[in-house]
Amino acid sequence: MKYIEPHGHMVSRTTDDYEKLALSGCEAICEPAFWAGFDRSSADGFYDYFRQLTEYEPKRAAKYGIKHYSWLCINPKEADDPGFAREVMSLIPQFLDCPTVLGIGEIGLNKNTRNELEIFEAHVQLALDRDLPILIHTPHLEDKLKGTQLILDSLASFSKLDRGKIIIDHVEEHTISHVLDAGYWAGMTLYPESKCSPNRAIDMLELYGPERMWINSACDWGHSDPLSIPKCALEMKRRKHSAEDIETLIYQNPRKFLSQSSRFI
Amino acid sequence: MPSKKELLDLQFIDARHKLIDIAAFLDRIDRHPGEEDYRFTALKNALPILLTERPDRARAVLESFSDLTPEIAESAPFQGAFGAAIPPLTCL
Repeated sequence: MKYIEPHGHMVSRTTDDYEKLALSGCEAICEPAFWAGFDRSSADGFYDYFRQLTEYEPKRAAKYGIKHYSWLCINPKEADDPGFAREVMSLIPQFLDCPTVLGIGEIGLNKNTRNELEIFEAHVQLALDRDLPILIHTPHLEDKLKGTQLILDSLASFSKLDRGKIIIDHVEEHTISHVLDAGYWAGMTLYPESKCSPNRAIDMLELYGPERMWINSACDWGHSDPLSIPKCALEMKRRKHSAEDIETLIYQNPRKFLSQSSRFI
Repeated sequence: MPSKKELLDLQFIDARHKLIDIAAFLDRIDRHPGEEDYRFTALKNALPILLTERPDRARAVLESFSDLTPEIAESAPFQGAFGAAIPPLTCL
C-alpha cells in the first residue's frame, strides 16, 4: 500500500518516525508551517524555521526514500500580533522559490480575532499574487464552527480565488458540509483525542463521497500518531471498502490536489 | 457496505467500553470536591442528544460544544481551547 501524508509536522518527530512511515508505504510528506508549542521571540526564529523546512527536512526524509514538501506562513496562533506577523511575512517571499515549497499554509484562525483575520487575508493575497495553493487550518474544539464560518466568509470576499486550489483542513461533522458545499477541498485529521477518529472520518467519507477529500495525521509534538493514515486504511478495509476506494482517499486524492503545484512530483 | 450485525461485531465492544468510561467519568466528577464547572455542564447537556432519533448525532454534539457567539474580538485573551464554549458572564 502506498500513500501520501499531506499534513505532518516532521520537525517535531524523530528519525524513527521517518523509518516507520517508510515501512508503512509513505511516499511523500507535506509539512505546513505551524506553531512550535511556544511563541518565537523574534522573526529570526521563523527565518531559521523556514530554513529547516526547506533545506534540512527534505534531506532527512530522503534518507528513507520519502519526498518532503513544505508550506510556508506564520501560523494563526502567532498571527494575533499583526506587527510581528507582518515582519515574519516579509521573510516568506525569499523562500517561495525553493524547489520543495508548495504554497501558503497552514494559515487560518485560532481564537477567531480580527487580528488573526487581517493576517489570514494578507496570506491569501500573497498566495493569489503568486498563484499558489493554500492550506487552511481551522480552529480547535469549541472555536472550530465559528472560525470555519469566518474563514469561508473571508474567502468569499476574494473574487479571483480558485476554490479548487484551497484545502480547508481539520473538518469535522459540523463543518465538513460548509466546506464542501462552498467548493473547497476538505481535510480530515486523525487524532487520538481531538479532531477525527478513523471511524468518524470513514463515516464522513461514506456520507459525502471521496471527491475533494483527504485524510492526514497532522502528527506534531502533541498527542498524535504518524501512522494514523495506514491505520485508517486498515479500518476502511475492515468496513469493506475496496482497495481502489482506499487508494483514492490516501494516494490519488492528495496527489491530485498537490499536483496543482508544479513542484509536487 | 457492511450490515448492522457486521458493524456491531466489529465495534460494539469498543462503543460499550467508551460508554462505561463516560459513566465512570460522571461518577468520578460527582464524588470529588470542587465548584461547578461549565465543561461538565456542557458534557451533561450533550448526553440527551445521543438518545434522539436523528442521523447526525455527532454533528449535533459538536455544535452543542461550540462557541455560537457572533462577536469578533480584536485580539485573543488567551491562546488555547478547552472543548466547550465558555458561558457569557451574566450581570448580577
